[in-house]
Amino acid sequence: MHTVKLWASTTALCLGLVGAAFAPAALAQKKVVNVYNWSDYIDPKVLEAFTKETGVKVNYDVYDSQEVLEAKLTAGKSGYDVVGPTAQPFLARQVAAGLYQPLDKSKLKNLGNLDPEILKAMEKADPNNAHAIPWMWGTNGIGYNVGKVKTIAADAPVYSMKMILDPDTVAKFKACGVMVLDAPTDVFPTVLQYLGLPPDSKSLADLDKATDALLKVRPFIRKFHSSEYINGLANGDICVAFGYSGDIIQASTRAAESKRGVTVNYSIPSEGAQLWVDTLAIPKSAPNPDLAHAILDHLMKPSVVAASSDLTGYANGNKASTTLVSDAVRTNPGIYPPAEVRARLFTITPADKEFERARTRAWTRVKTGR
Amino acid sequence: MTPPGFLRRFMGRPTVIAIPYGWLGLFFLVPFLIVLTISLSTADTSLTPPFTPLIDWVDHKALQVVLNLGNYMFLFSDDLYVVAYLNSLKTAAISTFFCLLIGYPMAYAMARADKGIRPILLMMVILPFWTSFLIRIYAWMGILNNNGLLNNLLLWLGVISEPLPLMNTPTAVYIGIVYTYLPFMILPLYSTLEKMDLSLLEAAADLGCRPLRAFWLITLPLSLPGMIAGSMLVFIPVVGEFVVPELLGGPETLMIGNVLWAEFFSNRDWPLASAVAVAMLLLLVAPIMLLQRSQGGSPHARGGH
Repeated sequence: MHTVKLWASTTALCLGLVGAAFAPAALAQKKVVNVYNWSDYIDPKVLEAFTKETGVKVNYDVYDSQEVLEAKLTAGKSGYDVVGPTAQPFLARQVAAGLYQPLDKSKLKNLGNLDPEILKAMEKADPNNAHAIPWMWGTNGIGYNVGKVKTIAADAPVYSMKMILDPDTVAKFKACGVMVLDAPTDVFPTVLQYLGLPPDSKSLADLDKATDALLKVRPFIRKFHSSEYINGLANGDICVAFGYSGDIIQASTRAAESKRGVTVNYSIPSEGAQLWVDTLAIPKSAPNPDLAHAILDHLMKPSVVAASSDLTGYANGNKASTTLVSDAVRTNPGIYPPAEVRARLFTITPADKEFERARTRAWTRVKTGR
Repeated sequence: MTPPGFLRRFMGRPTVIAIPYGWLGLFFLVPFLIVLTISLSTADTSLTPPFTPLIDWVDHKALQVVLNLGNYMFLFSDDLYVVAYLNSLKTAAISTFFCLLIGYPMAYAMARADKGIRPILLMMVILPFWTSFLIRIYAWMGILNNNGLLNNLLLWLGVISEPLPLMNTPTAVYIGIVYTYLPFMILPLYSTLEKMDLSLLEAAADLGCRPLRAFWLITLPLSLPGMIAGSMLVFIPVVGEFVVPELLGGPETLMIGNVLWAEFFSNRDWPLASAVAVAMLLLLVAPIMLLQRSQGGSPHARGGH
């Protein structure tokens, strides 16, 4: 999913800062709604259908990291009508900073289709679900090359974070290749959980413990990167990755399609995994809030959401759509985990600036050893 | 003053000079001043954009200017920044050295090649630019990967029994950077070497100087301006290089470009990120100014192009 490269999106950000000042006014007359989201996240056919129904053209822009979206929103008038912040910590702190407008729920007739359980998970970030609706959700877990892992260690604990965090285990896979997400907010909580500490801890002592645990396995990790592991797993260049569920499932699909004998599997760590929810919200500066509400309502139709779940391999936050999702996705325990696994999922909350800085610094230490 | 004369004067020298200066002013100086002001402000993530303005009206009567030098002090509070700067300089120096080592013989061979094929050779150096830089770096990923072309070839030849770990190592970063920046070294070297007066070498030979010695005493010193121009064209952009280490490097690759990214995007600290950028610029500009002064002019002027 997150395949547009950093470089491209950084350039796009710079251009966007300039372009945003001019774009909305010119586009407003032509009835265009500007959506800014992860790449490959909404089925293009679904957007075409919206255009056919309403005559409104959809401009779909993409980013590959939440940080880039945030930088664009905080720079000022972004020119976007609908954006896709991840609930924690991004939506939470952006709602607090007043970057979003409250949803006009009278314009959202399909609100009833949403999954109450996911809405409840989002409430910590967005009190009363006033500003955002859920889109897809998933977990952070382990992707692995089934054949190679079996050859190297037949008894490998593929359902445990030991695959990444136990030095003796991960050492075995060093030569074959191990990659980890390059996102402190997506890695530290799982490490804390593995160590038996509260995953949402804001204590510097806990952060130190997690940093030490990661430093012990750092020599065995080839790279920290938030999207390269998709190709790495799919092509058989790496053996184990800690990444986003949908990305690893995408790698698995690609590996199967290329028929090179690579099988990729996704497992949710038995210690408990971080649950994230990607949401859709309307920036305060949105040029066309009415159109934004219209497309949000469209994106809550069960068939529309189901098509996007089939495309991305992610579970969605739309309960009414579940039966319409294809069997391959719906019955995959890595995507729609059984209730006992769902009970062990956790979410995190935003941190203050000091802790954030300490966390980024600790993350640099994890990556570079300094 | 007749209109054509006025026009000629208007369209003449001042305009020709004004265009590049205007360009530099608009696209270099103005953005730099914006970055400089941000670097002197204070981060505040509750604002949009996330820093306090430098100049503020207090109670609609007093103009208050707050210069926050703390961002620059912070760069010394943690050795991360200094280490990242030094790492960037080291990477740039080593890359420049290898570009020179590989580029010089290539430029030399091109400059001494038959006049007819020189344009073709020149074309071959420039040709890779016709493909996107990003795609070429991705191609290197395909070559250097464990399951990539190079390892598969070596395995097939039986030279190695296990894939060499090349990808995501400093070696991969150097390969990527030297590959990317090599043309910037070759082109100025070629243009100096090509213009060299070959009769100097004939005179040296007539006086009994051996070719190798003649190269050392005549060709090399005469090509120095080209070497300096090429080295600057490689060294300066490599210090701030972000894409190649990001894509080909491993976890231990710490360069100032990556630190800047983390400050801007992860910490959302625009002022500190700007301070890192300004410090990087000063770090680069100071030695270059000194070098230019010691040479009494820009290397380009001496290089003759």
